This record gives sequence, C-alpha cells and structure tokens, in this order.
Amino acid sequence: MPRVVRDLLRFPVQRRFLVAASLSLLALAVLALAAGPAVAGPIAPDDSSGSPNAEGIRQLYLIIFALGMIIFFGVGGLLAYTLIRFRAKKGAVPAQIHGSTRMEVTWTVGAALLLVVIAVVTFAKLGQINDPPNSGPDGFPVTKSAASFPATGGAKQRLPPDGKSLSIDVNGQQYIWRYTYEDGDGNNLNNVFSYQQMVVPANTTVTLQIRSQDVAHSWWIPSLGGKFDAIPGSTNYTWFKASRVGTYTGQCAELCGRNHANMTAQVVVLPPAQYATWFARQKAAIRAADLGAAASRAALLREQKALLRGVQASATP
Amino acid sequence: MATTQSAPDTTATPVPQIVAHDVQREQRGWVSWLTTTDHKRIGIMYVVASWVFFMVGGVEALLMRLQLAQADNTLISPQTYNALLTLHGTTMVFLFLMPMIAGFANYLVPLMIGARDMAFPRLNALSFWLFIAGGAVFCGSILFSPPECGWTCYAPLSEKAYSPTGGVDAWIFMVHLLGIGSFVGALNIFVTIANMRAPGMGWGRLPLYCWAMLTQSILLIISLPVIAGAVTLLLTDRHFGTHFYDATNGGSPILWQHLFWFFGHPEVYILVLPGFGIISEVLPVFARKPIFGYKAIAAATLGIAFIGSLVWAHHMFSVPMPYFVLVFFTLATYLVAIPTGVKIFNWIFTLWRGTIEFTTPMYFAAGFLGTFLLGGVTGIFVATFPVDWQLHDTYFVVAHFHYTIVGGAVLAFFAGIYYWFPKMTGRMLSERMGKTSFWLILVGFWVTFLIQHSAGLAGMPRRVYEYADVNHLETYNLISTIGSFILAAGVLLTGYNVVRSLKKGAVAGPDPWKANTLEWFTTSPPPVNNFDTVPRVRSVEPMKDIRRQIERQSRTPEQTPAGV
Repeated sequence: MPRVVRDLLRFPVQRRFLVAASLSLLALAVLALAAGPAVAGPIAPDDSSGSPNAEGIRQLYLIIFALGMIIFFGVGGLLAYTLIRFRAKKGAVPAQIHGSTRMEVTWTVGAALLLVVIAVVTFAKLGQINDPPNSGPDGFPVTKSAASFPATGGAKQRLPPDGKSLSIDVNGQQYIWRYTYEDGDGNNLNNVFSYQQMVVPANTTVTLQIRSQDVAHSWWIPSLGGKFDAIPGSTNYTWFKASRVGTYTGQCAELCGRNHANMTAQVVVLPPAQYATWFARQKAAIRAADLGAAASRAALLREQKALLRGVQASATP
Repeated sequence: MATTQSAPDTTATPVPQIVAHDVQREQRGWVSWLTTTDHKRIGIMYVVASWVFFMVGGVEALLMRLQLAQADNTLISPQTYNALLTLHGTTMVFLFLMPMIAGFANYLVPLMIGARDMAFPRLNALSFWLFIAGGAVFCGSILFSPPECGWTCYAPLSEKAYSPTGGVDAWIFMVHLLGIGSFVGALNIFVTIANMRAPGMGWGRLPLYCWAMLTQSILLIISLPVIAGAVTLLLTDRHFGTHFYDATNGGSPILWQHLFWFFGHPEVYILVLPGFGIISEVLPVFARKPIFGYKAIAAATLGIAFIGSLVWAHHMFSVPMPYFVLVFFTLATYLVAIPTGVKIFNWIFTLWRGTIEFTTPMYFAAGFLGTFLLGGVTGIFVATFPVDWQLHDTYFVVAHFHYTIVGGAVLAFFAGIYYWFPKMTGRMLSERMGKTSFWLILVGFWVTFLIQHSAGLAGMPRRVYEYADVNHLETYNLISTIGSFILAAGVLLTGYNVVRSLKKGAVAGPDPWKANTLEWFTTSPPPVNNFDTVPRVRSVEPMKDIRRQIERQSRTPEQTPAGV
C-alpha cells in the first residue's frame, strides 16, 4: 500500500462512534417504516394497469433506486462520519496530505463501473419497455395495424411481431385530447372517435400515434407507461397492453397554455366483449349522425334551390 | 514604507507582509458608483442587484407554493400562475444566479490572481449595466403582460399565434441584453485569468475557484451565441413573417428545443461550476488541510464542461427522435457522473484527517455536499431515458434540479457570502445568526423539495396551477409549502445579518480565516489598487507560504521589518 493511503487510513477508529452511528441509522429506518404508510410517498412510478412497458420502467426504476440509495447513504454516511470524526479538537493536527493518485483512480474507475452496471441493466430492460408484444389470446381480435393519417418526423413506429394492434390516433389540441380509432379504409370521416376518454379492450396491444395540431403537448397516463410529446410537424409513437380492467387517468405533461392543468385524459380498459359493444354503438351513432347530417344537407340544398327559383321567378319581368 | 527598505543587507530575504495603500483618491458619492470601472465596486453592485432579484424570484416562488398548498385552490388565476412560473425560472437563472456569479467573479478573480483590476475595466462596467437594463425590461413586463410560456419558452407556444402579448418579446430582449453582457463578461474573465496572474502563478498554482471561472467562461462563450441566435429566430418569427419554428409552414418546433437546450444544459454547469469553485476554496481553509487532488479537481472541472456540452438532448427524451439519439444522450449523461463523483470524493477526502472548524461558511459547504449529492444521484434516474419517460416534466424533475441548482449553486453562494463578506466590507458577519440561517435554509430546503420527488411519482406534472387531491397530493404539497416558508425565513435572516453587520460586525482585519489565497494578502476592504506589491507565488496556497515565512523570519528579531 502506498504511504499516502496508509497515512489516510491511520487514525484510531472509535468503535463506540461507529456503533452509535449505525444504531441511529437503524432507528431512523425503523421510524421511517413505521410512520411510512401515513406520510411517505410512492417510491416508484405506477404500473397498476399491468402493461409490460410500465412494469419494465418500474422494475428498472427500482433497480436504479436501490443503487442510488446505496450511493447516497454510502457517500453521505462517509461525509457525515468525516464531519463529526475530524472536527477541530484540542491538540489535533491536520494531516498535510495533497492527494493520492491511486485512490483517485480507484474511485474514478469505481464510478465508471457502477455506470456500466446501470447501462447494462437499462439495455437488458429496453426490449420489454420498447417493443410491443402480441395481443393476448383472450384479447380483442384485431386484423392488422391500420394507419389513417400520414406520419411525419423522424421517429419510427414499433409494431407487435404479428403486426396486429389496435391503432389509435391521439391528437393534442388546446386543451383536450381527441382519439381517432383507425380503420385503414382511407376515409377518416367515418372513423370512431372520442374526446378525453379513450376506451380500449384488455389484453390487447394498443399502438398510439401521437400528434398535435397547435402547440406542444405531452401524452402521459402514468400506469400505462411513459410520456410522449405531441409536437406539431412530427408524429410520435407509443403502445400499451393493459391486462387489468379499470380506468387510468393522466394529463398533458407539457405546458401548453393557460388551461394546461385541466387537459386531462382517461383510458378505460374494458373486457374485449364489452369493448366490442361500445365500439359497435359508437360506430352506429357516428353512422346515424353522418346520415342525419347528409339528410339535413340535402334538405338545405333543396330549400336553397327553391329559394333561388323563387328569386329568379320574381326577377323575371 | 515599502516592505523591505530598511533591510540593506542583500542576503536577507524580503519579508512579505500585508500592506497596501491607496494610490488614487477614493471616489465618493453615488455618482461615482454609476461611473466606476473598479472591479470591486462593480462586483458589489452585481451582488446587491442580484440579491434584489433573488428576493423577487423568491416571492414569485412563495406565491406559487401558496396556490399549491391546497388541491383545487382558486387563490391565483391560471394566467397569473403561468406568468409566475415563467418569471420565477427566468429571474432565478438569468437575474439572480448568473449575475451573482458574475459579481463574485468580478470581485474575487483579480484579487485571487494578484491583479489590480480586470483586463477590460470599461467592458466590465458595460456588462453590469446591460444586466441592469435587461432586468429592468424583463421585470417591467410584470406591469403589462408578463410572458406565460415558462423559462424555456417552447415554440410554438411562444409564437405570436399563441402568445400575442409583448411578454415574450420582453423575455427575448432580456436574453439578448443579458447574453451580450455575460458574453463580454466571460471574455473579460478569461482574458484576465489568462494574462494577469501574479508572478510565479502558473496554471498549476491557479486557485481552483479561478479554474472554475475560467471553465465557466468557456462554456458561456460557446453556448450564449446559440441562445442569442435561437431567440433572434423567434423574434423574426413573431414580427417579420419567418417560419423557423412553425410546422405548418415547414419550420420545426423541435429545432427550438435543440437550440434552447444546447444553451440550456451547459447553463446548468455555468451555474454550478462557480459554486464548485467556492467549495474547493472553503473546504481546505476550514479543514486546515491542502485540497485533496488539486489536479484531479481542475481536470474534473474541464471534464464536466466538455461532457456537459454534449448532453443537451437529455431534456428531450419524450420528443420524437431516432432511437440511437436517445441511447447516445443517456450514455453521455452517465459520463458526467464520473468527474462529478471524483470531485465529491476529493472534497470529502480534503476534510478527512483535517481539523474541521465549523464556521458558518463551513456549515454551508457541508450542506452543499449532502444536498448536491442527492441531486447527483437523482440525476442518474432522469438520465436513463425509459425511466425519464415517467419522470420527465413532473415534480420529480422539479425536485432534482432544485437539489442540483440550490445544492450546487445557492448553498455554495451562501458559503461564499459568509466567507468573503469580511474581505468585501472589513466586518465579520454574525456567526450565531449565520448558523441559525443555515439550519433554517437547510431544513426548509429538504422539507420543500424531498417530498416533491413523491409528488412527481404520484403523477403530478410540473407547471400546473391546480391539481386534484388524488394519491395524497394535497399532503405532499402542503408539506412542500410549509418548507418553502422555513427556507424563506433562513434567507431573510442572512439578509438581515448582512445589513446589521455592515455597521455592527466585528472588525475583520486582512485575513480573519487564516486562508490560502492572495485576496487575503491585502486590507479588508482592499484599496482601489488592490495590492502595493504582489508577492511571488510558489504554491497553490500562497498565503500559507507567506504566513510561514513571516513566522520563520520574525524569530530573528533584527530582521523584523521597520514600519510595521
């Protein structure tokens, strides 16, 4: 061992002090656990929908959290110990040490190794978070992923291996989300759509293409995975596959104007059969509305023509 | 009355001592403050003015905390809230921290390197008055229609179509004025350090604070032109019919984000590197031990600046970008942790086996270490892009960057205020009040911001004026609001301490801390010309050498210099 390292380490260890410090840390931990449920907050992002991407992010977060706490309490503990142990006392002489290349190299390499570990764990988890799986056997039967709107920008959409997903176009606008259920028939006017509340079937891979028509917004339902910005001029993509039925809430996460705080979103996950009923009802309602609109347009046209004829008749001498 | 005139014996080594005399008539009256080019007066004006903006930014923060203390609160309208968050961010970054840094650097860099002024004293005055002009323009917008687009002013929200009032224009004007001021100031500091060091002060003997300021100047010189260009494009978009950020006409809103963060991320290091520098000066003085690994700390400063310029898009992980871009910026961000970690270990080992004197500056330096440590640890969380997809734009990020900026910059500045106030005024600050203030600030800070991590994980986005009370959000926010008022009380106490000690503080003398660097080699406050004679520098700690030499030579009474 080089001399300077020995110099650094040569100090009388006060066992009493170490025992007291570890006991108080332990007491603090017990206190935190006891009072925990009442005051402590969540320590990791939500994944209650059972969507694999949200679960992957939560697991990755927890690994990094554990490593981070080891670093924080390890280095923080060393700092606290140093501050208390080496406070000025009568007769104490400061050691005039200028540094130690070996120790500095050690902790540089140590920090680098830790980061390599975190990077490896991240890449190991990436597939689960990024790549959508196939829909479950009890999911809603989708024929193929269908895009109704042209995509723009540099991001690429990832589809499940079998290419089948329920494709929904998410459009951010001040201050509401619009969802268009894509059917790929080239006619966007007959698509089922809804605002604010998205209804999807459980155990089915849902792919979203996210766009904005005015300012930047950000699509975020915490239980269904991360957030993806809706930016004019670029299409963004994400997916989820909720295995638990329920209502999951979220809201726009990018400042988009005065009513940003109220630009909320809900995703209602229904059993596939109920979803099919909902979808058929929406489709019928939209068709009825379309037909009604067409009928009133035709009636209006007839009325205008009649008026025009009347005007022409009265204008004729 | 020079130091060695009475020693005709040429073999006697000259005894350096703390003497300095006025060679110019002292300027008096308030007009002299307007016309001064003295780096110390400009420095003090910077510090005082930025403290005023600190108070303004603090009040804006407290108003926001009041609004958020309750769920669905109706105290503040959404319009006012958006204005407050924009004002708070911009004021704290551009009008408090950057000028506070400039003020300290102005005052200290020439003194620390044994120079009589900055390299370009008039440009120095220009920098200061541009800052005042920019601050006036920006704060003036409060009376009309303050900007509501956040300190990041993302396009298209900041475009004319969505922000039609003059608030964004006031913001742009301020960025231009302060940008020019900071750019010129950075050149000034760089040139001063490069050319005006005392004899014998090679790069290996430059105080670490000056290393930090040198590196920070380089970062400013690299990044300020980019933000100046970016806001100019926004200005022409708003008023002259261009479409740089307008997607409907072929422009790109993402371009704004890249340009803004190409400045905005180095800006983070622009704010914290000077704080690191202060800590590197304060710790060895109060541990009574040399800094551990001088070269490693200087190299880590340069390393942080270099890598820090290559990580900007980690603010944009949720933007549609090709996959390899996300991977690159995650890995590059991890790399920043290495030089930062080196610094933290070197600081701790500077204290190790020292005899730590717990003065108020040392308290703040210790608080800095613990607080910044947590900010660094949560930095790894948000650097990992899949995890950031959940954390981005939530209160977790708000907590993270307050831990880094308040931990890394603000606490370091409080250490600096308590450490250098005796030099600037000739009076000591009250230690009792200083320590009370420290505990209020530290406890207030942790109570305010620790719980915000949980608020973010519970699903609360940042920049919302109201929220529903789900997942205990109201409890978290109430705790946070209470903490913010404790923090404010601590800050005010230091303000009171400063005002009171100006007249009533104990007289400091030239070197009250038995410090290491050259600024303590002159009187407190220093005369206009700083030094009569500049000693030859033989180590990183010239004052230690000088004290040792005085002690050694004064043992032989016949060599005691006359006229002391």
